[in-house]
Amino acid sequence: MLLDVRDLHVEFRTRDGVARAVNGVSYSVDAGETLAVLGESGSGKSVTAQAVMGILDSPPGRITGGEILFQGQDLLTLKEEERRKVRGARMAMIFQDALSALNPVLSVGDQLGEMFEVHRGMSRKDARARAVELMDRVRIPGAAQRVRDYPHQFSGGMRQRIMIAMALALEPALIIADEPTTALDVTVQAQVMDLLAELQREYRMGLILITHDLGVVADVADRIAVMYAGRIVETAPVHDIYKAPAHPYTRGLLDSIPRLDQKGQELYAIKGLPPNLMHIPAGCAFHPRCPMARDECRTDEPPLHEVSAERGSACHFWRECLDERTR
Amino acid sequence: MGRYIVRRLLQMIPVFIGATLLIFLMVNVMGDPVAGLCGDRACDPATAAQLKREFGLDMPVWQQYVTYMGNLFTGDFGTAFNGEPVIDLMASAFPVTIRLTVVAILFEIVVGITLGVLTGTRRGKPVDTVVLVLTLIVISVPVFVTGLVLQLLFGVEWHWVEPSVSAEANFGELILPGLVLASVSLAYVTRLTRTSIAENRRSDYVRTAVAKGLPRRRVVTRHLLRNSLIPVVTFIGTDIGALMGGAIVTERIFNIHGVGYQLYQGIVRQNTQTVVGFVTVLVLVFLVANLIVDLLYAVLDPRIRYA
Amino acid sequence: MPEQPYEPDRVIAGTGAGGAMDLAAGEAETLEKTPGGPLGTGPQGKPRSLWSDAWRDLRRNPVFIVSALVILFLVFISLWPSAIASGSPLACDLAKSQDGAGPGAPFGYDGQGCNVYTRTVYGARTSVTVGVLATLGVSILGSVLGGLAGFFGGLGDSLLSRLTDIFFAIPVVLGGLVLLSVVTSNTVWPVIGFMVLLGWPQISRIARGSVITARQNDYVQAARALGASNSRMLLRHIAPNAVAPVIVVATIALGTYIALEATLSYLGVGLKPPSVSWGIDISAASPYIRNAPHALLWPSGALAVTVLAFIMLGDAVRDALDPKLR
Repeated sequence: MLLDVRDLHVEFRTRDGVARAVNGVSYSVDAGETLAVLGESGSGKSVTAQAVMGILDSPPGRITGGEILFQGQDLLTLKEEERRKVRGARMAMIFQDALSALNPVLSVGDQLGEMFEVHRGMSRKDARARAVELMDRVRIPGAAQRVRDYPHQFSGGMRQRIMIAMALALEPALIIADEPTTALDVTVQAQVMDLLAELQREYRMGLILITHDLGVVADVADRIAVMYAGRIVETAPVHDIYKAPAHPYTRGLLDSIPRLDQKGQELYAIKGLPPNLMHIPAGCAFHPRCPMARDECRTDEPPLHEVSAERGSACHFWRECLDERTR
Repeated sequence: MGRYIVRRLLQMIPVFIGATLLIFLMVNVMGDPVAGLCGDRACDPATAAQLKREFGLDMPVWQQYVTYMGNLFTGDFGTAFNGEPVIDLMASAFPVTIRLTVVAILFEIVVGITLGVLTGTRRGKPVDTVVLVLTLIVISVPVFVTGLVLQLLFGVEWHWVEPSVSAEANFGELILPGLVLASVSLAYVTRLTRTSIAENRRSDYVRTAVAKGLPRRRVVTRHLLRNSLIPVVTFIGTDIGALMGGAIVTERIFNIHGVGYQLYQGIVRQNTQTVVGFVTVLVLVFLVANLIVDLLYAVLDPRIRYA
Repeated sequence: MPEQPYEPDRVIAGTGAGGAMDLAAGEAETLEKTPGGPLGTGPQGKPRSLWSDAWRDLRRNPVFIVSALVILFLVFISLWPSAIASGSPLACDLAKSQDGAGPGAPFGYDGQGCNVYTRTVYGARTSVTVGVLATLGVSILGSVLGGLAGFFGGLGDSLLSRLTDIFFAIPVVLGGLVLLSVVTSNTVWPVIGFMVLLGWPQISRIARGSVITARQNDYVQAARALGASNSRMLLRHIAPNAVAPVIVVATIALGTYIALEATLSYLGVGLKPPSVSWGIDISAASPYIRNAPHALLWPSGALAVTVLAFIMLGDAVRDALDPKLR
């Protein structure tokens, strides 16, 4: 197993109280595998990724429990200096908004080359040459000339390619992509996603794809973990989930995708709002919005039931949920 | 870029004219400029009238202004009433004040930015609190009190430096006056750097730099500092003009014969031509410094392009 | 200068030595932001306005409480100095020149044999009067001019911008020296008048900027689309949202006006004896600072505490109004 997150807990201490952003998340990723983490904003999907990466804003963020095993090593027990050497070199991250994630006052060549200078001790000149290679690799036209340009001089899609190139620079074993295409035009989204998938296959990297876009997931992911209020509510191989979700929240997400064969019908929307992380509802956190909620949902927190060898669902009534698929 | 500079230079003209006209009018309400010339007694009317004609003071103010500006562009800054050309006074005063300003700016850059980075990256820690309180004290104690107290301590009590500066006013003698002159701006630079650093520290590109596995030192110096210093450089640049004009108090405390001293003497002795001449140069320095700061801005932040 | 993507705040320039008039000018620009909890998880359902939020913050902020108490105390003693100091500040006895602390004179005596404690207490009135009135004048003149220019734009706006540029090019202390050197009236009015005359561009620039920002808000555009009149838009929609930065800068400026008054008195062009002012006393005590430091340090201390109180108050208000720094 490349990455194995076990029972991770993260909380944020703010003026208004303690926000429990991640409450016992466990997931794992194998080499060459793509895990899609789905959820609304505030579901804890990004915070989990930041904890894995070791870039949690701290304070106010704090890891209060759990383990993050990466290539057999618990990252949470490493010293900061050792942890730093893992970042960028063995695991890398792609951020959502490349315009703000890239440094506005340094040329892209400097920012790419920096990876080689710091982690590989290369000279500036060699690092620059590698930066050009990388830009070629992610198919940026005229890389040799554009290496001196600044981030704002590139289009959105090209900027995101530079982010990808930066993440790939040292051929890490794991890439975490946090909504890598959300900020892009729809036409560009597919190109960037294809590029990422292609490079992942080529280097046999593990990929954690954080997104709220189910359309993207179906094409590239092997497995899906659905998060709600800092917990994983369902995890399954990608095709099983599309065929028959085992959690009412997942079903709600799937039903709210516009589909051509339902043209003219009203689009389904999950009622209500995501919970406030400072006051997560007792029992199943989803019960106030759940169409099948019953009394025990308000009091008993459902464990992650084993649906099959590769599937889990944190719903008391996952069987009903699977059956209702044929409604 | 070239066109931008030309346009800015053109824009400077009305500001220059306005500011010099404003000071010209202010100086002209200073009262009777020839009154101070006849010693302690009042001038007799005939002498006064003759003096006024001599200096062109019998003309309307606007005409005096036009004449003065006309002369200025031929390099004639007029004559102080004691007969010394104003330009000679400038030649002796400006080098001194420029040295003083250089010392002050160095203090702002070295001490101010260092303290700002130190506190900005350690918000809420003891060192942050201590420095923050110190900057507040420096800001709230008026410069003349700071100057008098430091002069007493370093100059009179401990004999580390000479309490007053000699006529040469070399760099060594100007360290303490430079610190006094810089003190308030120094505190601002510290606070501004701190705020800027603290704000940028949460930005996405700093998070990216951390995620790239860069050592903390590199994240701070290469990524955080370069972005955070843009407003600080702006401040320091615009401060140059303010420091040179604001050295009146400092120069008075340490008896430095620079621009502030000459201005003070000119005002006290109601010496119109001296005051207007020096202020005109100061206004020019201020405007040029501002232009340079704006251009520097484009160098520091590649997103800014002047067209 | 519309061709500049950023307006580098040149507000700071024009600062004279003692009169650093623009502490928060640069920092105040970040004010027009809407509040929101981290992670977007603030308590839901509770309406939170910028002002009620700020007030809740301020009441809990010890810095605010302390500085507000200091300011209240200063206002009190400037209204009723005799409540805590007996005798007249002008009753001096040369025989006691430079004497240390004694009965009825906890701060000792100055060079003229005046009671330093009494003079320090009475000096508060000058400082508070100058500070408050100058700030009021500057704020009113600056907000009106800057606000109207920002709202209507056009030629008036350009002219005003150039005019503020002109004023910024003249160092404050220098302007004070020139203008006040001919004044023979020994009251606070010329000093206040000079401060208003040279101080308004600072507020005007802030007010103009925040009005322009507020004008571009969607709800203001909506009000315009609904046919709201200009005066209604300005008073109901824009002013309440543009006033925060002005308040912050004005509070801090108040402290610096007090320092400026003292500086001008030190230079001999502000108030002159027999007026009672901290600046006069500090200036008078400076020649014999070595023999009788108390005569210089007590009024200096009072001055510094006063300036500090206003700066801290402004700082606290700014922090409360700026959700970004939380």
